[in-house]
Amino acid sequence: MFDILTEKLQRTFKTLKGEAKLTENNVDFAMREIRLALLEADVNFKVVKDFIDRVRAKCLGTEVMTALSPAQQVISFVRDELIATLGDAEARLIFSKNPPSVFLVVGLQGSGKTTSVGKIARWMMKNGHRPLLLSVDVYRPAAREQLSVIAHDVDAKIFPGEGMDQPLALAKAALREASLSGYDVLLIDTAGRLHIDDELMQELSTLKQQLKPSEILFVADAMTGQDAVKSAHEFHERLGISGVILTKLDGDARGGAALSIRAVTGQPIKFVGVGEKPDALELFYPDRMVSRLLGMGDVLSLIEKAQETFDLKQAQKLEEKLRKDEFSLEDFRDQLRQMRKLGPLDKILGMLPQIGAMKDLQKANIDEKQLIHTEAIINSMTPRERRNHQIINGQRRKRIARGSGTTVNQVNQLLKQYAQMRKMMKSMAGSLAGGRMPRHLERFLPRQ
Amino acid sequence: MRPYVESCMILPFTKDKAVEDKKSGFFSKLRAAVTKTRDVLNTPIESIFTFKKEIDKSTLEELEMALIGADIGPATTAHIVEKIRDQASRQQLTEVGQVKALIRNELLAILQGENSRPVVMQQKPHVIIIVGVNGVGKTTTIGKLANKFKNDGLSVKVCAADTFRAAAIEQLEIWGQRAGVEIIRQKHGTDPSAVVFDALQSARAAQSDVVIVDTAGRLHTKHNLMSELEKMKRVASREVPGAPHEVLLIIDAVTGQNGVQQAREFTKAAAVTGIVLTKLDGTAKGGVVVAIAKELNIPIQYVGVGEKIDDLIPFNAEEFVDSLFD
Ligand SMILES: Nc1nc2c(ncn2[C@@H]2O[C@H](COP(=O)(O)OP(=O)(O)OP(=O)(O)O)[C@@H](O)[C@H]2O)c(=O)[nH]1
Ligand SMILES: [Mg+2]
Repeated sequence: MFDILTEKLQRTFKTLKGEAKLTENNVDFAMREIRLALLEADVNFKVVKDFIDRVRAKCLGTEVMTALSPAQQVISFVRDELIATLGDAEARLIFSKNPPSVFLVVGLQGSGKTTSVGKIARWMMKNGHRPLLLSVDVYRPAAREQLSVIAHDVDAKIFPGEGMDQPLALAKAALREASLSGYDVLLIDTAGRLHIDDELMQELSTLKQQLKPSEILFVADAMTGQDAVKSAHEFHERLGISGVILTKLDGDARGGAALSIRAVTGQPIKFVGVGEKPDALELFYPDRMVSRLLGMGDVLSLIEKAQETFDLKQAQKLEEKLRKDEFSLEDFRDQLRQMRKLGPLDKILGMLPQIGAMKDLQKANIDEKQLIHTEAIINSMTPRERRNHQIINGQRRKRIARGSGTTVNQVNQLLKQYAQMRKMMKSMAGSLAGGRMPRHLERFLPRQ
Repeated sequence: MRPYVESCMILPFTKDKAVEDKKSGFFSKLRAAVTKTRDVLNTPIESIFTFKKEIDKSTLEELEMALIGADIGPATTAHIVEKIRDQASRQQLTEVGQVKALIRNELLAILQGENSRPVVMQQKPHVIIIVGVNGVGKTTTIGKLANKFKNDGLSVKVCAADTFRAAAIEQLEIWGQRAGVEIIRQKHGTDPSAVVFDALQSARAAQSDVVIVDTAGRLHTKHNLMSELEKMKRVASREVPGAPHEVLLIIDAVTGQNGVQQAREFTKAAAVTGIVLTKLDGTAKGGVVVAIAKELNIPIQYVGVGEKIDDLIPFNAEEFVDSLFD
């Protein structure tokens, strides 16, 4: 079975005892492991090669950061490079300034175009658009019926085009209808086709020339293997796609095709499909995809970010406290202040794997405003209370609430969160001080 | 190569000339399709062997990459390369062509050198359930299979047990018409097992030879949907002894290493008896079936090579292995 990349690297570097930094030898070793992991994840072998070359160069050409172990350094380079390839921000749909905007949805047979069109229609309607749907799949049996049913399910309007069976004529008629009836988007589902089918690829070019779409979305199956580069490259070369939708990510495919497609087209992944229902569409977050490819939540990035922000002495003091179970509310407040330096809290929590104690923490839905309240609450405590939360009884809670302009409920909640935090921080203590991946973190890694 | 129905015991039949002709023409058609690609990313394995005569480390590496590029997967590839490395040094092979032959043999060994394994149709009706993840070509394959059996002189019914996907029933209906076979259907949303029950009842009454059941595409990770398949199987076996006689898993040739996981899970839930590899008319090689054969030993019965009704041919291991090297 596929070994988690990180675990592999940990093992790899453990065998290289006494080597505290990156050398040509241990980098070679690490690159072999990463290469294997990416190939297992179905990233195209040429894309993998370029990728490894870049990471290797980074590993060998950088100043060693003493706070990080060799394994962590390598992983951070890998992650950075993955994010650089996939793009570091969510990409949005582009609409034309003169509506109706035309969206052309294209791809291989069975990749999930029709289902995706239904999902996009629903998403657009939720975001204030008025799409008109059209199927120009005049080839596959019952393809147009399928889109009609789906349109009906999501309450979207579809251009029936009865009696018409020419894709271009259908599209032109639907475009006229969209302009006349005030639709701001014409969303076109096209027939699945092979990228080497010259005639059908030509049909798409003609549609593109005549309709001037604002988006050409290439739909690709997350389970696609090595061939992803060929189909994506050919579709892009002939049509100039503007974005990618990666479907069927609700399965257990690692989705290396995302990397391959991005590498050969340079176009962003705009949405991912995560189920058969119309609402199973999500914006694409490159960092989550990276976690998936690496086979773990992005714990390391959090640890590393923490390492950049926390200074080592303080961290060691903290670890000491955690070990002795002396992590007080005062320390909690310090941590909160430090954490806020790391960035928005939801982003930090987003980096954690969604398992175990961490899951509850994420569900707690802590927002920034709450953080300010939290600080106010802790500020209203007496030093004794901060050092020993056990003594904070009902009476004290009331006083604290009054003093901080919050409610007793909020004070209760904070104390609960503090307890959770204590648990979490405890499990991370090792790495904060020692610059290692703590072994007990392994239980947060997804099971294979 | 022995065509699938040749060993069919319940009915005599005449050899399907069209399929025979098609077979020999197929890989040349495939080759033509591949050369048509303007894709610069394609590195045919042949070029490795024509440029380099002597084997060395980098030859093996490139070879490894070519196998991985065909979706055979890093693990199975490593296994093959390891094996031939040993053999090559033991036999002191120096010619690249000889090494290539070793690889070819190794691949054939994994596929057990088997072409489509003849299935003996002993029971009437012979029940085939078609399963697979979404969009791999289940319904299309059913249209092609129904047509093939019909041409072989068998009476066929298709069963629309995909009651979930929009217009799935209508799609199968059109394929039924194209093949000229009867479709057993119920309303969208009906319990698929109930449609299976119906189809088998009606097939028994009509003394049909073959029933092919279309099922909704499902990801192998969805437990409830996988147990729905188990239920369909149970219902089938209650209605017809020994049914389903075949459970064919459809694998799309573009599938990467996830195909192994698909085969594992579908085998667990539905005891897959054979594989149909679809969409081989594209540029994907479908090498994942090698990894599947190695681990699960499931025979590949047919390959799909297009969207037309006769674009289905019996699997031939040698031709398939050769196409991996194209
Ligand atoms: N090029 C090519 N296309 C194929 C082949 N087999 C099926 N297709 C196409 O693949 C698409 C999906 O085929 P379907 O038969 O609907 O697949 P399915 O598995 O029944 O799909 P769901 O029921 O939606 O899960 C259709 O556009 C088919 O025409 C093949 O061998 N070659
Ligand atoms: Mg179907």
